[in-house]
Amino acid sequence: MNETNEPEILFGIYCPPHPQPLLSPDASEGYGKLRAAFEECRKRIEESEADIILVYSTTWPSIIGHQIQALENAVWTHVDDDFHYLGSMPYDFHMDTEFAHAMKYNCEKRGLEARTVEYEGFPIDTGSVVALQLLNPDNRIPACILSSNMYANRSETIVLGKAARDTLAQQGKKAVVVVVSSLSNRMFTEHIDPKEDRIHSQKDDDWNRKILEFFDDGRLEDLSQLSRDIHGQIRVQKVVAYKPAWWLAATMGQHNNYDGEVLAYEALHGSGGAVITLTPSTGSVGDKEFDEDDVEFYRGDRNVLDKGMLK
Amino acid sequence: MTKGQIVAGCLAPHPPHLVYADNPPQNEAYSEGGWETLRWGYQRLARKLKDIDYDAIVIFTPHWQTYIGTHFLGLPEFSSKSVDPVFPNLFRYNYDLKVDVELSEAMRDAASQEGIITKMMRNPHFRVDYGTITSCHLLNPEWDKPIVTISSNRNTHYYSPEVMIEQATALGRACAKAIEESGKRVVLVASHSLSHRHFVEEAPLPEDMSKEHIYNHSQYVWDMKIVEMMRQGKSREVIDIMPEFTEQTIAETEGGGLIWMLGAMGFPDFPAEIYGYQSVIGTGNVIACWDPNDDTREYVL
Repeated sequence: MNETNEPEILFGIYCPPHPQPLLSPDASEGYGKLRAAFEECRKRIEESEADIILVYSTTWPSIIGHQIQALENAVWTHVDDDFHYLGSMPYDFHMDTEFAHAMKYNCEKRGLEARTVEYEGFPIDTGSVVALQLLNPDNRIPACILSSNMYANRSETIVLGKAARDTLAQQGKKAVVVVVSSLSNRMFTEHIDPKEDRIHSQKDDDWNRKILEFFDDGRLEDLSQLSRDIHGQIRVQKVVAYKPAWWLAATMGQHNNYDGEVLAYEALHGSGGAVITLTPSTGSVGDKEFDEDDVEFYRGDRNVLDKGMLK
Repeated sequence: MTKGQIVAGCLAPHPPHLVYADNPPQNEAYSEGGWETLRWGYQRLARKLKDIDYDAIVIFTPHWQTYIGTHFLGLPEFSSKSVDPVFPNLFRYNYDLKVDVELSEAMRDAASQEGIITKMMRNPHFRVDYGTITSCHLLNPEWDKPIVTISSNRNTHYYSPEVMIEQATALGRACAKAIEESGKRVVLVASHSLSHRHFVEEAPLPEDMSKEHIYNHSQYVWDMKIVEMMRQGKSREVIDIMPEFTEQTIAETEGGGLIWMLGAMGFPDFPAEIYGYQSVIGTGNVIACWDPNDDTREYVL
């Protein structure tokens, strides 16, 4: 446990699940830019003092509560259901088993159904494979992957993020947290020439760019609050809600005090693919929502910049 | 050449629990049994299929989900281990199966000619989905017939249940045409449950049947309505009511399998054979068979 009883999250990454940046980065200029952005993130992770990469993947749906990848050495060759013709994705990942089991314990302590999975040949999802292959290709840092429960809604997802905070704080591990998700997720339903790839519609593009403005401003909690609108506007209704911002905010801290950086935004077969970093900041100018000191008891003039988050 | 034909159409749900409960040597997990109503129903249907002369099984699965068209398995053999991503504690099945690539390509070509977006899957590392494995294992445990797996193009999510009906029916027509031209005798399989709301918790002993029941009564009533229409030979009406059924029960019919199969069979007006109905972790599952042969069609249950 560290002194403040809070986890040390070095930075967060939001990245897309599609395999093109891994398997066919040269097929279009956009895929190449996404690949370069992944590589920039890889470099930053290598230069950080991270002890763990914690991944929340929207392409790993679960039903029985929340599943946590715990197999110490996960080895397989993965093939994507749609993009199998782009090639195979052999992987050999090193998971932080100690973290995974503690995460399960902390989920249950907070009332969540959770279980670890430790099975040879377990099908790690495309999004997680792409992210870990590109962000941590040499397995320099152990990882852990969390599933996205298909029935979970806001409160459950936020509690899952808080369980992650509990675990990181207890173990004193410095973390890079990764959310694997598209922005708009409507793809073209026909095969396309990658060079002609574009966001599926103007409306999706407009929403994506507004979301990117928020990310760029570090307004993570604002995005979390907008999740239901985002789900209604630019998400194909495959699951009950758009959850990545809820989980990311609950894990990193439910406030807007971040330095955001959009490293790339490109189309991936019509969907919105962005590689974004969010770094906890102490330099907020105090002009954002959710960075108040205390909304229960007025303590005089604001003095929140040393804290940067709600208690 | 003799015209090919569809010799049976089976609605074959794929909860991995059923394979787990059977303890076949291919599965790593061990159980004390469970879900006998479905397993015994499957065993009876498997015996019936043994008495039918057929060349291949063509299966439509909702667990190979494709967003860019309909995909077909396109290599002659697949051998690997299928681990269920949701129930890995129950299903880790080592499979070794053969594919009728000629029939697969013929169906793909026919579908393309109908204007359906298609793709052959020819990556040797591809892992065949557990829906295919489970339904095929339970219908033909010897695995002595080649199969063709067809993916579920996600029209319900991307567009609407009505678009799914149009697309899956067209796909069914195309597959039927390809089967007829192939000269082969084929069993069609729609691999899915009816109502599909799961419990999000699992009993400490998954096969503890004292814990098993349908998720709620509404799901049960809807399932029984569909089963009754199947019994009465009202397959067209089943499809007509499917948008409401799918919405009200989060039914796995959303994947299009039953629509595809009944469409391929020309929406039969003869009764379906019912082999069993039971819940699995809250979902509703019926095993049914449409036998177009008046001489062999049975009243099973």
